Amino acid sequence: MSIPSACVNLGGIELDTPVLAASGPFGHGREFEVLLDFNSLGGIIAKGVSLEPWPGNPPPRIAETASGLLNAVGLHNPGLNKFIEDDLPLLRELGPKIIVNIIGKNVKDYASVAAGLNGIEGISGLEINVSCPNLKAGGLSFGTDPDLTYCVVAAVRRETALPLLVKLTPNVNDIVSVAIAAEEAGADVISLINTLSGMIIDIEKKKPFLGNRFGGLSGPAIMPVALKMVWQVSEAVQVPVLGMGGITSASDAIQFILAGARAVAVGSGLFYDPDLPAKITGGILAYMSKHKVTSLSELEGLAHTGGDKVEV
Amino acid sequence: MKTLIKQDYSLENCPVTEKLFTATGFCRLTFYAPSVTTEAQPGQFVMVHMPASSGRYMLPRPYSICSVDRENGQLVIFFEVGGRGGELISTVEPGTTLRLLGPLGRGFPKPQAGSLLVAGGMGIAPLVFLAKSTTVPRTLIYGSRTAARMACPREDLDLPGLTVVEVTEDGSRGERGTACEIAERYIPSSSAVFACGPRQLLAALAEAAAERDIAAWVSVEERMACGIGACLGCAVRTDQGYMRVCKDGPVFPAGEVNLQDEHTECLCQSGGN
Ligand SMILES: Cc1cc2nc3c(=O)[nH]c(=O)nc-3n(C[C@H](O)[C@H](O)[C@H](O)COP(=O)(O)OP(=O)(O)OC[C@H]3O[C@@H](n4cnc5c(N)ncnc54)[C@H](O)[C@@H]3O)c2cc1C
Ligand SMILES: Cc1cc2nc3c(=O)[nH]c(=O)nc-3n(C[C@H](O)[C@H](O)[C@H](O)COP(=O)(O)O)c2cc1C
Ligand code: FES
Repeated sequence: MSIPSACVNLGGIELDTPVLAASGPFGHGREFEVLLDFNSLGGIIAKGVSLEPWPGNPPPRIAETASGLLNAVGLHNPGLNKFIEDDLPLLRELGPKIIVNIIGKNVKDYASVAAGLNGIEGISGLEINVSCPNLKAGGLSFGTDPDLTYCVVAAVRRETALPLLVKLTPNVNDIVSVAIAAEEAGADVISLINTLSGMIIDIEKKKPFLGNRFGGLSGPAIMPVALKMVWQVSEAVQVPVLGMGGITSASDAIQFILAGARAVAVGSGLFYDPDLPAKITGGILAYMSKHKVTSLSELEGLAHTGGDKVEV
Repeated sequence: MKTLIKQDYSLENCPVTEKLFTATGFCRLTFYAPSVTTEAQPGQFVMVHMPASSGRYMLPRPYSICSVDRENGQLVIFFEVGGRGGELISTVEPGTTLRLLGPLGRGFPKPQAGSLLVAGGMGIAPLVFLAKSTTVPRTLIYGSRTAARMACPREDLDLPGLTVVEVTEDGSRGERGTACEIAERYIPSSSAVFACGPRQLLAALAEAAAERDIAAWVSVEERMACGIGACLGCAVRTDQGYMRVCKDGPVFPAGEVNLQDEHTECLCQSGGN
């Protein structure tokens, strides 16, 4: 029997392993240099980059919840120019493929960030974070509306020839319609999920704990929600799906692949264990050997046909 | 050619060599952690991971390095068992291991003769290390609400050249008053101030030191996730915008960091990231 291979093609991006670092928790990677083996990461999705610097939210920005964490960092970032000058050169030396997560306050901003990254060496793809608050629509995120999502994705698509990932927010009634809109607008990959909106209250001060009141929930607490959305979206679109949300083990990652994900990303899990990508990659290979499969394509979405399909 | 910045911290499994509850609810843990002790500077901290056996998904907790014995690779942390994380960490027994990430952050500059060290409550932890790092004449004001919370063993503070002034709000040990009230008496004759404790204390000290043009450094706390400067979760407002407590701090020049802790109005409805 031949040796299992963990290589996948994610919307035109060839990855040595199906495990990526999700945008945000990993920052721009360099801080993790001594903590993990970059060979175990297929790709790194850089922290959200906007055209101009964004200051981020007032502190506190982090709170812990049962098996998860709430963050309200507020997409704090140094802006496109500084990202290109300071962060990208270090990022592309780490080894894994680099995907840049782009953010904006309006459609034009998103398109300008994409245009600004054209011709720059060492970028394998762009990921549009459609969870940003749309200032024109009173702060509701673009990703809550299929039409707005279509507009953002189409505008970016016109500016870039790079593989385009569209990262969906789970804070919607119907994730499938948003995914379809993104695909129609030219997405090469649907990436999901972003954080779930939530809050906690400080009972001593009798006010919201986070400086921004509301934050985004990530970590193991959200995994079942993420898994179901990956399941639903992978049934509805032709393009590959990048699954994430609460992954902290190889078995979590394998669940996402069986639900229909081509690859997976880990975010908050890196806080608990920076060595997670190596453990997941190793665990996936061991699982493939055990189940006698040599290519991940044999596993992708297998749960849809393997078991009984139950609609919820 | 790789031009990566070499980081000087690491994540290691470190055996617990000693555990002591110095007072009810206050735990002092000693580790064999040569990877941390070699480079550790006063004011730096470690991220302590939860015991693997707990099976719990909880963020590592930041604790100041309270002292080190470089020769024997021993590292001490000292903390109040205040919440779920501290509780779990305080259950480990000598012989078992915990993962420590460190040394992290920027510490205090070296104190000169005539320095005033001010600790409020658990703010004592990094100041023990700082006090031990020199033998020049220096004064430590150690304040607490009440005697039962003055958890740092007195012998840890019996150091050559160090004058210790204890103060409790209820007068149950040492002078009666707040650390700040006592500190204000000492500040005019001090060469510099080094402080760690509640924000209000730090803010008052910063003001008192600034009035007399005396240099002051404060160690501030914020909730952390990564501890290494990646996630931007531990922001504190400074003269240069938001900075990271874990990487740019935790020690800041008192005049440059906003210690008022007043949070402004928020506009972002969706919260997130
Ligand atoms: C650089 C740095 C160095 C530090 N050094 C030290 C040190 O040397 N020693 C030390 O003791 N501490 C230190 N701290 C503080 C320490 O990190 C925190 O106290 C610790 O992380 C708390 O974790 P926990 O799990 O014990 O408490 P958590 O469960 O996180 O709770 C923290 C506190 O909030 C309270 N709380 C929880 N939920 C709520 C709610 N909904 N409403 C109101 N209150 C609530 C808890 O009762 C508890 O008192 C340091 C912090 C930093 C940033
Ligand atoms: C501190 C933090 C910062 C984040 N920043 C971004 C970001 O800049 N852009 C983005 O698309 N997602 C961001 N995310 C969301 C993650 O990429 C991921 O979608 C989410 O956390 C769920 O995965 P997880 O449970 O593995 O963390 C952030 C998450 C966290 C915890
Ligand atoms: S805790 Fe992540 S940047 Fe400070």
